[in-house]
Amino acid sequence: MRPPSDRTPFRRGVAEGLPFIVIMVPFGALFGVLGVEAGLPLDQVMAFSVLVIAGASQFTAVQLMVDGVPAAIVVLSALAVNLRMVMYSASMAPHLGAAPLWQRGLIAYLLVDQTYALAQTAFDTQPRWSVSDKVAYFAGVALPVFPAWVGATWAGAVLGAQVPDAWQLDFAMPLAFVALVGPMLKSRAHVAAAFVSVVAALSLWWVPWNLGLIAAAVLGMVVGAEVDRRAEAAA
Amino acid sequence: MSDTNVWLIIAALGVLTYMTRFVFLGLIGDREMPPWLLRHLRFTGVAVLPGLVAPLILWPAATGGEPDAARLIAAGVTLAVGMWRKDVIQAVIAGGATFAVLNGLMG
Repeated sequence: MRPPSDRTPFRRGVAEGLPFIVIMVPFGALFGVLGVEAGLPLDQVMAFSVLVIAGASQFTAVQLMVDGVPAAIVVLSALAVNLRMVMYSASMAPHLGAAPLWQRGLIAYLLVDQTYALAQTAFDTQPRWSVSDKVAYFAGVALPVFPAWVGATWAGAVLGAQVPDAWQLDFAMPLAFVALVGPMLKSRAHVAAAFVSVVAALSLWWVPWNLGLIAAAVLGMVVGAEVDRRAEAAA
Repeated sequence: MSDTNVWLIIAALGVLTYMTRFVFLGLIGDREMPPWLLRHLRFTGVAVLPGLVAPLILWPAATGGEPDAARLIAAGVTLAVGMWRKDVIQAVIAGGATFAVLNGLMG
C-alpha cells in the first residue's frame, strides 16, 4: 500500500470512509428494526433514512411518534437533535464554500457526523488541497458511508432483530465517535474545548430537546478559541 | 398516528434537517467570514462530538443508565490510541477488541 499522501484525495476518502461501514451497519439496522417494531411500513422506514439521514434524530422521532406526541413537537424535537449540523455546515464553508452550488447542495445532503469529522481532520492536515481536492475527498468518504446507512436500514427493517443482544452492538456508535475525537485533539486548545464540551453536556443533560448539547458545543468552541488566541498571542 | 401524518413528519424533518446542513455551506458559500468566527469554527468537531458521546459512554441505555466498567475502559483505550496513533481505524479496532475481551472476561 502506498503512503496516504500519494493517493488521490478521492481514493483516500474512500479508504478512510470504508471502515465506517462496520459502524453504520449496526446503527442503521437498529433503526430499521425499531422502525418496523414501531409499526411503520417499509417505505416510511426507508424514507426516514434516505431523506433525514441523521440517526439520532430518527430514533427520537420514532420514539415520540410511538409515545403519541403531536406531529409538530415530533418534528421540532428531532430537529433540535440535528442543530449541531448548522455548526458542521459553518465549519465546512471556509473549505468548500467556493465549490459549485450543485456540489455544495450534495455535500450538505451527505453532511453527517462521520463524514464531517473525517473531512475536518483531513482538511486541517492537508492545507495544500484545492477546493476540488476537498470535494473529491468528501465524495470518497460518503461513497461507502451513505449506502451502508441506507442498506443497513433496509436489512434491519426486512430481516428484523437477528443479532443477539449479547453482541452489544449498541456500543459501536459511541465507540466510533470517541475514535473520531482522538485524532482531533492536536493542541491544548482542542483538548480544552473537548473537556468543556464533556463537562457541560453531562451537567446539562436535563435540559429539554437536546439543547444542553448545543449549549455545551458553543461553550466548548468559545473556550477552545480563547485558549488558541492566548497561545497565539504568547507565541 | 395516521399514515399521512407520518409522511408529513418525515418530509418536514427531511427538509428542515437539510436546511441545517445547507444554511452556511450553501448560502454563505465563499464569502469571507470574520477571523474570530473562523477561529471558533475550527473547534466545532471537538466541541460537539465529545459532548454528544459522553452521556452514551457514561450512562448507556443498554445497562439502564448504570455506568459500565467495560464500556468506560474501552472508551479510554479508544481515545488513547486515537490520540497516540492519530488514526480513527486503529482506535476503533483497539477499543472494540478491548470491549470484546472485557465482556468475555466479565461475561
